[in-house]
Amino acid sequence: MKSYAEINEKIASGSAVVLNAEEVSDYVDRKGLSAAAEEIDVVTTATFGPMCSSGCFLNFGHSIPKIRITEAWIDDVLTYSGLAAVDLFMGASQLRHNDSANMYYPGEFRFGGGHIIEKLVAREELQLFALSYGTDEYPRRELRTMFTIDDLNQAVMVNPRNCYQNYNVATNSSDRPIYTYMGLLKPRMQNLTYSSAGQLSPLLNDPYYDTIGVGSAVWLAGARGHVYSEGTQHTGSVERTENGVPAEGAGTLALTADMKQMHPEFVRGVSLKGYGVSLALGVGVPIPILNEQILHYTTVRDDEIKAELIDYSYDYPMKSGKVIAHLTYGQMKRGEVEVNGKQIEVSSMSSYSKALHIAELLKAEIQSGSFLLSEPMQKLPRNNKSKSMVLREGEGGTVK
Amino acid sequence: MKNQKFLLSFNKQLAEKPIVYHLVKEYDLVINIFRARITADEEGFMVLEVSGTDEHIAQGIDFIRNNGVTVNAAEKGLRWDREVCTHCGNCLPHCPVDALYIVNAATREIAFDSDKCVECLNCIPNCPYGAVTSVF
Repeated sequence: MKSYAEINEKIASGSAVVLNAEEVSDYVDRKGLSAAAEEIDVVTTATFGPMCSSGCFLNFGHSIPKIRITEAWIDDVLTYSGLAAVDLFMGASQLRHNDSANMYYPGEFRFGGGHIIEKLVAREELQLFALSYGTDEYPRRELRTMFTIDDLNQAVMVNPRNCYQNYNVATNSSDRPIYTYMGLLKPRMQNLTYSSAGQLSPLLNDPYYDTIGVGSAVWLAGARGHVYSEGTQHTGSVERTENGVPAEGAGTLALTADMKQMHPEFVRGVSLKGYGVSLALGVGVPIPILNEQILHYTTVRDDEIKAELIDYSYDYPMKSGKVIAHLTYGQMKRGEVEVNGKQIEVSSMSSYSKALHIAELLKAEIQSGSFLLSEPMQKLPRNNKSKSMVLREGEGGTVK
Repeated sequence: MKNQKFLLSFNKQLAEKPIVYHLVKEYDLVINIFRARITADEEGFMVLEVSGTDEHIAQGIDFIRNNGVTVNAAEKGLRWDREVCTHCGNCLPHCPVDALYIVNAATREIAFDSDKCVECLNCIPNCPYGAVTSVF
């Protein structure tokens, strides 16, 4: 048994034993759980992939004369301005003004909110165009200016949902190609796409949220950030294996960090043909090895993590609940899987290569004493369920 | 006999000349054109594979160079940028010839073998990060 304080002392003194979530499995096999739990202080987990539920708050400071912005665009991408005078929110999946979207199907979606966020972190110059109706104390009604992230007072990334604990696998049984956030799915189940770092994924290594909770320190694209809430659509209560691995998407994390400290390699705009734009982010989460059970959970391997294969041509949009097959990440990483006698090629939306790189970077930061852990101030829900939207018609079909 | 791939680029004046014809007729080369295009500026680009003896290939390439064609043996019509690539692997089932492939099974890093590439361009719309681009 170790405490957060003891682990942080070892980190600060540069003597912490840190392994990534891939190498820890073999290590525990060799040493035995009990001896390894004594020895290991931290296991690093990581993930890198697109997550539309991302965005950032930007504060521009005041111009002379002042403006109370009511509509604004950054490089022609609409930002939300229903906040204080010069606070704006840029969402990752916002399209560029005049993007024809899927009018000429499938649309290309080359540029949007995710790309703006990438440009900000890369310290590129962007253009703000803002309008207002003008007030006595904020008389300006229009402005256009170039800026970089260094001109802003704050640029705070806010990801209401990230690090999905497992995720379904997409395929397409129909006779035509379909364009989804899981990429192009060829007809007649010629390919499938998964999107999880599997054995490296943070919440798959802490399946019951013993150590990852509100207030936990995380590595967000190179910046030190933290979990500020359970993520949106967090669902603690799902079917699980005896190892705690959920059968479907379960827990999620809401993350935040200072964008000025981020590294552009891990903040990338995403264009998905026929679907839209998004943002891919690199996240690293350290797991303190407080006891043997926590260590045991981090030894989970790709072969033990199953995901549900779902037909995105019908069952996904219609929420039918039908699962074609259960596939392990170990199987999928072989490049081809057999389902009902048919060979299916595998693609991935999540980069294991980047996740491994992040797990190593975080490991190095912890080993050097520059990244201390923080004890969560609140647990993530273990027993909550997820609701569906039930459409109800108001009286007379109007808003009162 | 050997096979070699080249990217040819040529200007407006040369776009109307039958370069490939001369390679076949005068240098006894077998030509397999992967992709060719005249741009809006009337610049010409062509990616082709040439099969023949070393001597004939060298002579044929000299001939078209002397006629003002830029011949690039190192670069083909498709560029894959290792730094832009996030190595997610979304492209893999969309490359029919495994020119984009996993080079390291442990780290799952992607690499691009331009000699295998047939320039179908399938990978371009299937890369969410714009890591593959066409030279023309």
